[in-house]
Amino acid sequence: MSTRPSKSGTSASGPGSLRSLAWLLLPLIGLGLFLVLLFRSDPLALLSDMAPPLEELTVEQTLLDDNGITLWVRADGSEPMHIAQIQVDGAFWQFSQTPAGPIDRLDLVRLDLPYPWVAGEPHFITLITNSGTTFDHEIAVALPSPKASAEQFIGLAVIGIFIGLVPVALGMLSYPALRRSGSGSLQFLLALTVGLLVFLLIDTLGEALELADEAAGAFKSPTLVWAAAIGTFLLLLVIGRRKGEAPTGTGLAGYLSLGIGLHNLGEGLAVGAAFAVGETALGTFLLVGFVLHNITEGIGIVAPLVNKRPATWVFVALALLAGLPAVFGVWVGAFAFAPQWASLFFAIGAGAILQVVFEVSAYLSRRSAEAGGSWLSLTSLSGFLVGLAVMYGTALLVTA
Amino acid sequence: MKFFKSLKTKITQIKPVNPVRRRLLGGGFLAGGLVALTASGSARAQSHDNHSTPEGSATAPKDPAAQEKMRMQHGGMTTVGEVDHARNGFHPVEMLTDWDRGVASTLPDGRTLREFEITAEDKEIEIAPGIFFPAWTYNGRVPGPTLRVTEGDVVRIRFTNNSSMPHTMHFHGIHAARMDGVPGAGEAMPGEEFTYEFDAKPFGCHLYHCHSFPLKRHMQKGLYGAFIVDPDPEKHRDNPADYAVARSRLLGTPENDHWQEFIMVMNGFDTNFDEENEIYAVNSIAHAYSNEPIRVDKARPIRVYLVNVTEFDPINSFHLHGNFFDYYDHGTTLSPTLRIVDTVMQCQAQRGIIEISFAEHENGNYMFHAHQAEFAELGWMSLFQVEGEDA
Repeated sequence: MSTRPSKSGTSASGPGSLRSLAWLLLPLIGLGLFLVLLFRSDPLALLSDMAPPLEELTVEQTLLDDNGITLWVRADGSEPMHIAQIQVDGAFWQFSQTPAGPIDRLDLVRLDLPYPWVAGEPHFITLITNSGTTFDHEIAVALPSPKASAEQFIGLAVIGIFIGLVPVALGMLSYPALRRSGSGSLQFLLALTVGLLVFLLIDTLGEALELADEAAGAFKSPTLVWAAAIGTFLLLLVIGRRKGEAPTGTGLAGYLSLGIGLHNLGEGLAVGAAFAVGETALGTFLLVGFVLHNITEGIGIVAPLVNKRPATWVFVALALLAGLPAVFGVWVGAFAFAPQWASLFFAIGAGAILQVVFEVSAYLSRRSAEAGGSWLSLTSLSGFLVGLAVMYGTALLVTA
Repeated sequence: MKFFKSLKTKITQIKPVNPVRRRLLGGGFLAGGLVALTASGSARAQSHDNHSTPEGSATAPKDPAAQEKMRMQHGGMTTVGEVDHARNGFHPVEMLTDWDRGVASTLPDGRTLREFEITAEDKEIEIAPGIFFPAWTYNGRVPGPTLRVTEGDVVRIRFTNNSSMPHTMHFHGIHAARMDGVPGAGEAMPGEEFTYEFDAKPFGCHLYHCHSFPLKRHMQKGLYGAFIVDPDPEKHRDNPADYAVARSRLLGTPENDHWQEFIMVMNGFDTNFDEENEIYAVNSIAHAYSNEPIRVDKARPIRVYLVNVTEFDPINSFHLHGNFFDYYDHGTTLSPTLRIVDTVMQCQAQRGIIEISFAEHENGNYMFHAHQAEFAELGWMSLFQVEGEDA
């Protein structure tokens, strides 16, 4: 009697797992039957079918060149959509659609318009579907789209370097000064880092959500932003603490670099995309603004290293990790921008920043406890606020 | 991205006219590579607008391939595809000369009675290739049938409403208040009918339309048509000149046969119901007469009965290329109210008669269109294909 449960337990392990697998199929079979019933009987016919099909078109990318205007348009209708005519600046214009025909839900088509656009001026495009519904798209300032030439890649890389690598590296040059400032200032520095990271977090999330609104509705990008941010945060948290303890020193600096690097990737995407559609004038002033704004990122990265003495290559690696993604961002943004992907990148960046906010705060808290104080002190509060203020102030500079 | 937003706003406010100016705004460039990249970009861009930037015209490409490409691009103003007129049940070219004279009989007092049957029905029509409009129609067409009677006729119209909404037929003419075709006087509910009766006067080029409220929606949905009252020559015997004109205007006389007469109802369609028209046309179909020019014999004069029923825009216009014409506002006179003009404008519901002669012209395509370029490029663009032996 006493052996029976164990016996049945062990002997049934083969067929038993098969049986539980079969039970797993039950809901699937149920679903299949339900779908058959739904399509056979069409119970919705009992309700009136007065509601017209939903229509949605999202212009994801705009290219302007010698041949005119090219749009990449994603359909998001409850039924396949037909683009019947296109108006450019209030005139019906010739166009060709590739692939031709009705556009299924979430399919992407290319529209080529041989339109003589005028450099430096805005253009307005209206897509008209077979139901007469219109979808407007504005080209803020018409400029030739960047072409995938070596020259363009180098030019855009230079922009990316100025946005990402240069300010981070400049900020990291503050390391010797930070070291000399004494151990008492570490709490202030770490709090300052948290402050500027929180600013970046808010900014990144804001941009992610803003871009999410531009994406085709079916992608549910705003929800995806939160999910991706939380997922990234938890994933990095687990990876960082896989050895059972929170990252410190070089490790923490590495995560800081990663988080800031992902943020800079998103920033690069935005700059590249804005450049491609003529929404931004890439003048010296803008780049100077970027350098000032992002310089604080470099200070943040080296803050956990104040009590260490890492090799020079560590600094180089940290700078590259935090700064170079901006270059890739600018490239992708300029040549293959799509709002749903860009918002996802921003969301991942936000999650990564949240992780370092968490870890730097934890580090700050531990350091304070070790020093016999509390994490909540006038020093840490003032550091945090100064961090926020500096970021806000330099953001103003960029805007000015 | 916030800073791009503000930059964008700035750019829009300043409205840079060319890339050179933009570069100055940007404050110059950092890297040599960047300058090269933008410079090549602006050179390319200028090839597009050599008529707007002086620098551009100086460097405009002279190679034939580029010129040909530009010619093609600038000639791209048109709708794409074809309208299925058979499915619509009316053809814009046939509509031009489709006069509905009703069923004529003689009353005991010797006058002519003209009886018409008009039915209002809901119908989806294709107004530009691939664009379908949920119209309300008279006899399944937009514009409705062109009713043509003679001054002094007794007109009787049996109006049946098979639509989903109340409708009327409100005639622009002289009639009793109870025959006015407005709510309370001749409005037919769905399934009902109403018979309008009045004497045809004054002679001229008129119109009828639904006057149920909301009026704007009932007009815009397609409930309108032309109502032409030809002058009775016998009533203008006193003046030989007037008599001759009246004879030429009266449908069915040999004098009238010599003329090439067309009805053109200028209308528009607000396909997304935002109180702005997406499509403009004469007789509903965008670009119908530019895709299929109206063939005319230059030996015979042309008479256009022009009616404006465009909603939302206060005026519409008719402009003829390479020629001038005489215009009879409302068509209620036998001598022109405007002479030797090439453009007339009409406010909403204004109409008139245009008389054109191409007798002295070379053969060829002569454009006519609204001189509101916006309307022209949204469909109100047409051609006369003038043919015939030189005199």
